[in-house]
Amino acid sequence: MADIAFLLLIFFLVTTTMDVDSGIARMLPPPPPPGVDPPPIKERNILKVLINSKDMLLVEGKPAAVSDLREMTKAFFLNPANDKDLSEKKVKNVPLLGEIPVSKGVISLKNDRGTSYKMYVSVQNELAAAVHELRDDFAKKHFGKKFNELNEQQSKAVKKAVPMAISEAEPENIEGN
Amino acid sequence: MAKFVKKSGKDTPGISTASLPDIIFMLLFFFMVTTTMRESTLLVKISPPEATEVQKLEKKSLVSFIYIGPPQDKKLGTESQIQLNSSFAKVSDIAEFIERERAAHDEQDRAFLTTSLKIDKDTKMGIVTDVKQELRKVGAFKINYSTLKAARKK
Repeated sequence: MADIAFLLLIFFLVTTTMDVDSGIARMLPPPPPPGVDPPPIKERNILKVLINSKDMLLVEGKPAAVSDLREMTKAFFLNPANDKDLSEKKVKNVPLLGEIPVSKGVISLKNDRGTSYKMYVSVQNELAAAVHELRDDFAKKHFGKKFNELNEQQSKAVKKAVPMAISEAEPENIEGN
Repeated sequence: MAKFVKKSGKDTPGISTASLPDIIFMLLFFFMVTTTMRESTLLVKISPPEATEVQKLEKKSLVSFIYIGPPQDKKLGTESQIQLNSSFAKVSDIAEFIERERAAHDEQDRAFLTTSLKIDKDTKMGIVTDVKQELRKVGAFKINYSTLKAARKK
């Protein structure tokens, strides 16, 4: 009896793979309906992020490092001094919170076909981290808890107040290779 | 003092092995429950990139995997290839793959189907973009970029 149990035990020990599948979850946008132009967005409400085939980053027309992207994104969405170059805010009615200003900013991410996947993921990760930190700060200010500790309604409200708007451009060859 | 002398005179009793099968069975059941058999052998090499903002993939049964990476077999070149199930595929095969994946699930589960993209970190974005466009076309919008969890630096 114990022998059989041992045998099975060793079999399962060997075959088991303990890999937990984890990753960055994203929603792809549905394909644009033909003949309909995308709604116009004001220049100041777009944070342009470009990655070229050499894995170099261009944010709002200026070269930047991946490590700066998080702060830049946060500054873009928060815009505490109402800077003319950063995102606008619109007062929206959010359940549980009432009338609060919500940023109209959109991050536009564009990459070359030659960009490495590693770079792409680290940029996506920085953007996600920025939004996550903003949501954490917001949740702490309004509910006194971290975003992860909120209940469903509260987290829905925070998500509405601090939206994660990342738009990926239709693919194209930026540098022709 | 007398007490101590009395004790040291005795032999230490051996460990009872009566509970050994119970322990073994416990371990056995643990591994039986946690084990997940890999359905397809990998034909491509994948070392996923690292990220800090990761979420766990929930409901494994509702996840379909697309692997992209350089072939294990060096003879097939070093360019990244797509693997669906257990064979190499082209971008145009993805639509059929997703359709089959949908057909295998109940009506109410179909909205929650997730596509996990397991992609090697040195892959160029060109092929990834093609795959994403194809997924958009067939309406598989929920995707997950598979990454390793890195420690969050502050």
